Amino acid sequence: MDTMRGTSIEFQSITKSFGAVKAVSNLSFTVEPGVVTGFLGPNGAGKTTTLRMLLGLVRPTSGTATFAGAAYRDLPNPLSTVGTALEASSFHPGRTARNHLRVYAAAASIPRERVGTVLDLVGLHDDADRRVGGYSLGMRQRLGLAFALIGDPGVLVLDEPTNGLDPEGIRWMRGFLRARAAEGRTVLVSSHQLSEVQQSVDRVVIITRGEAVYEGSLAGLESGARVRVSAVDQPALALALIAAGAEVHPDAGVLVATGLTADEVGAAALAAGIVLSLLAPEHVGLEEAFLGLVGADPDPAAQVVPTATEEAR
Amino acid sequence: MIAAMRSETLKLVTVRLWWILALILLGYVGFTAGLLAGLFGALGNQLAASPGAPQLPPESLPAIVYSTTTAVGYVFPLIFGALAVTGEFRYQTLTPTFLAEPRRGVVLAAKLVVVGVAGAIFGVVGLVASMGIGAPVLALTGNDGALGSSETWLLAVRIVLAMALWAVIGVGVGSLIPNQIASIIVVLAFTQFVEPILRFGTSIWDWTAQIGQFLPGSAGDSLVGASFFTSFGAGAAGAVSLEWWQGGLVLVAYAIVLSLAGLATSWRRDVT
Ligand SMILES: Nc1ncnc2c1ncn2[C@@H]1O[C@H](COP(=O)(O)OP(=O)(O)OP(=O)(O)O)[C@@H](O)[C@H]1O
Ligand SMILES: [Mg+2]
Repeated sequence: MDTMRGTSIEFQSITKSFGAVKAVSNLSFTVEPGVVTGFLGPNGAGKTTTLRMLLGLVRPTSGTATFAGAAYRDLPNPLSTVGTALEASSFHPGRTARNHLRVYAAAASIPRERVGTVLDLVGLHDDADRRVGGYSLGMRQRLGLAFALIGDPGVLVLDEPTNGLDPEGIRWMRGFLRARAAEGRTVLVSSHQLSEVQQSVDRVVIITRGEAVYEGSLAGLESGARVRVSAVDQPALALALIAAGAEVHPDAGVLVATGLTADEVGAAALAAGIVLSLLAPEHVGLEEAFLGLVGADPDPAAQVVPTATEEAR
Repeated sequence: MIAAMRSETLKLVTVRLWWILALILLGYVGFTAGLLAGLFGALGNQLAASPGAPQLPPESLPAIVYSTTTAVGYVFPLIFGALAVTGEFRYQTLTPTFLAEPRRGVVLAAKLVVVGVAGAIFGVVGLVASMGIGAPVLALTGNDGALGSSETWLLAVRIVLAMALWAVIGVGVGSLIPNQIASIIVVLAFTQFVEPILRFGTSIWDWTAQIGQFLPGSAGDSLVGASFFTSFGAGAAGAVSLEWWQGGLVLVAYAIVLSLAGLATSWRRDVT
């Protein structure tokens, strides 16, 4: 169906500083329709800030974020083009869920019938006339999703949508996002945990400290991570790999290269005329590859994990 | 703009604040109007009975009693207007609001109009109290409630207009001071403490009185044209007063300046 077709989302060198804090720096990536794109990064990486810039809520220090070339504020019917659920729960506690949705449906000239439809869709039918102040975290999350869906938009932008959902809800969300993407919509979903989205996303963009560290398929994330390599002349090999842009660590008598694929490592050795005695791409788990990428995590709690795995090697 | 106004109207009627405030206004204005009607009604009769004493003209009584709607009630629309804005900051509902209508100026304009209408409704509620209780009490003390006089009804219209403008000014205050507690404190401190002192202080000299008449409370009293504060209170001594329409324009000017200042500051800020 043509009306379902989402537009692409383009971030171009977008940057945001809050005073001295550089929340997002020079981030560029594109989100295509028809697939679910995961937007990953540890706490404080700048995910929410990036999404809020896309939606015109935060003014970028520099750069642009657009929907097929148009800024959010220039969209003729924003809620019918882009559906948004941001992590902060933005509800008046004294208003019922149904009235909450009516308020914004009215602002966007969306027919009132949609309110009941989306409440049913997210499973809030029985609680729709309760005041939101008494809602659980998962119920608020569902109401946030209902708000995102109210205009039946072609683009969905969801900030940590599985936060607070029960296992049943998480499974439902996975299927739901996949189905929306299969219809041709654009789906961008953020998370600070790879495991939460790895079953539902096709592509990932990973940021840490406001900078992109990976953009591509999940499979590429796994394979390109580490290559064990050795040669008779190890110092020369190390120099050749570093010159080719890899990071090299000695490990149990061989070298471990990161930042290059096995093919690139082989090519670099060939170019330097070095005979390899070992070339083995390591299939680290997705989670490990992810943690390796976001490595130096500003969040102390999250930092324990990569350091521990580093030492275990 | 029409859609934004419908949204703002729904915002007001889907939470309980408006009718809680309306109920308190009803009780507070009704009580004050009844008290003044009884007091001045009886006092006027006494003074009339003692020749040589200063007279309280009986035809001024209804206006004094009915204008309690604004004299004691104007803080209600003012606070209501401020809460309509600061609540959006407090509960972070600016996020869905600006997602649904990214033209932020349109949102503020719609809010000004809708809250202004709500202020007028507060005015009607206040008049129901002040006339509904004041007129019978005046009658009990043998005075005329003047409910048949066109002057009384023109007064009522000016009161409704004043209440609407106070609500609009409240929106301006809220958009300039988005912190809910801070803006309520500022409103209460200014209306209950700072302005009465300024009005009294400026009434001492002629030249300061020229400035004092532009204080929002003085302008509001000029618009209504009667208030027991101006009739008997601190301001009476040397205060001069604007024409009713000038008072109205001064209130409009306050509303515009505050709202534009809010639009240029808090309303433009990042919503995080
Ligand atoms: N309004 C603000 N004022 C100052 N600093 C801010 C503001 N909003 C965000 N930041 C800072 O910007 C950085 C990125 O924050 P952001 O909320 O975008 O991260 P995030 O990736 O969404 O994290 P999380 O996974 O915890 O939600 C953090 O260092 C944060 O402290
Ligand atoms: Mg976040």
